[in-house]
Amino acid sequence: MIIDHPLLGPCDAQEFVYKGDARLIDRPDGMAEEAHVAFFDYAYLRDNPAGVHRELWFHEQGDRSWLVVTRNTVTHAIVQVELARDVARAGGRGT
Amino acid sequence: MRYSGFRVLKEALTGHKGWKPAWRAPAPKPHYDIVIVGGGGHGLATAYYLARQFRQHKVAVLEKGWIGGGNVGRNTTIIRSNYLLEGNEPFYEFSLKLWEGLEQDFNYNAMVSQRGILNLIHTDAQRDAFVRRGNAMILNGADAELLSPAQIRREYPFLNFNDARFPIKGGLAQRRGGTVRHDAVAWGYARGADQRGVDIIQNCEVTGFRIETGTCVGVETSRGFIGAGKVGVAVAGSSSRVMAHAGMRLPIESHVLQAFVSEGLKPVLPGVITFGAGHFYCSQSDKGGLVFGGDIDGYNSYAQRGNLPVIEDVAEGGMALFPGLGRVRLLRLWGGIMDMSMDGSPIIDRTHVCGLYFNGGWCYGGFKATPASGWCFAHLLATDTPHPTATAYRFDRFERGRMIDEKGMGAQPNLH
Repeated sequence: MIIDHPLLGPCDAQEFVYKGDARLIDRPDGMAEEAHVAFFDYAYLRDNPAGVHRELWFHEQGDRSWLVVTRNTVTHAIVQVELARDVARAGGRGT
Repeated sequence: MRYSGFRVLKEALTGHKGWKPAWRAPAPKPHYDIVIVGGGGHGLATAYYLARQFRQHKVAVLEKGWIGGGNVGRNTTIIRSNYLLEGNEPFYEFSLKLWEGLEQDFNYNAMVSQRGILNLIHTDAQRDAFVRRGNAMILNGADAELLSPAQIRREYPFLNFNDARFPIKGGLAQRRGGTVRHDAVAWGYARGADQRGVDIIQNCEVTGFRIETGTCVGVETSRGFIGAGKVGVAVAGSSSRVMAHAGMRLPIESHVLQAFVSEGLKPVLPGVITFGAGHFYCSQSDKGGLVFGGDIDGYNSYAQRGNLPVIEDVAEGGMALFPGLGRVRLLRLWGGIMDMSMDGSPIIDRTHVCGLYFNGGWCYGGFKATPASGWCFAHLLATDTPHPTATAYRFDRFERGRMIDEKGMGAQPNLH
């Protein structure tokens, strides 16, 4: 698989480490009521779809950026690559 | 019809006109006591033990495609019980004991071959870990034997003992481990279940569960509604997809694992060897092909095919251990979809829906578990209590912090 890095252009997927579902960006608030329920869901449960999946890849042997790759799990076709930083900020993180 | 040497002789003398299909092709009935979703090894074994051991005869197995067409037909056929942890080892040893009597039990030649499995040791730390594991195996009634390099050299003289990075310093052998003809396992269980009245319904895809006031009363299928007192789901590889019909999210990711077969060779490899440090394991089939594999590709996939980097990695591991492989040509390779669970161990449990039961999360170790998985799932379905060897395989172990994590990798499925 070739991942089209937003800053570096096309890179071999072997340069990356796979983390998992991009929903891992949305870490629950540990101080909230019932935080243990939210963390169980966050740490252990996955949608695991057959089809389009947004997932986190870490460019360990490159610029060490985290990317959100939108990929089809049935065909392995990659349809979109974004910086995880941009996705997290768009979701209200780090503001 | 019973298979026997006498039967083969009789059929040979009468033109082989007496053989019957090994199982029927019945139309689905409107209602069964128990419906098993998934006609793979685990689903068929469950139906077989439900009928044989637990006297349940109104049972159906529903299969989307043809039976045995999923992971039971796509694995590398190894059986063993060399686990460490309390929640796992008694279960896998139970499974190995069932393998040992399986062919007589279901009257089918599954070519169970206890040729032994050898895990290689390359460092002092690895030896300590394997000695501990061997002791855990022996405590649970399994067999384990620590071998010196000289002993390994007698059995496997062609291995590269002096590799600069991973010299062979010993090995942990389980002599009762080995290989089994994988397709015959599915066929034998299917035939045995069918003979005891189980309806095996192929080309029947489950498209939903009918749940009324928190109780599952049947399944919607491509061949209409089928009512059921209890529904057991055994569809490892597609677990998340099927259980989503019941509104469940599972502690499972689907990953692809590749496997390989070489051209046929004369007998060279007496048993199964695993080179964990180099991500390579290998055995030789009775047809002569070397059957080998390595790691999962490592990303979510339902594709049943992997990518080239893992093929290269496995080939390099093979060459490092077994330099004589260099001229051997690869015949074919394929991928299977694994239910990779969050702690690397399976789930056999009830669900929050009354009457709906789940069996899955087998990671890349489901084949060896087939008999015990079927027996324990049948036990749960028939008696509503878990089998004594499968009490740890609960859904709520993640919530309660009681993971069964053989590798100690945490909630990262692609590392198990």
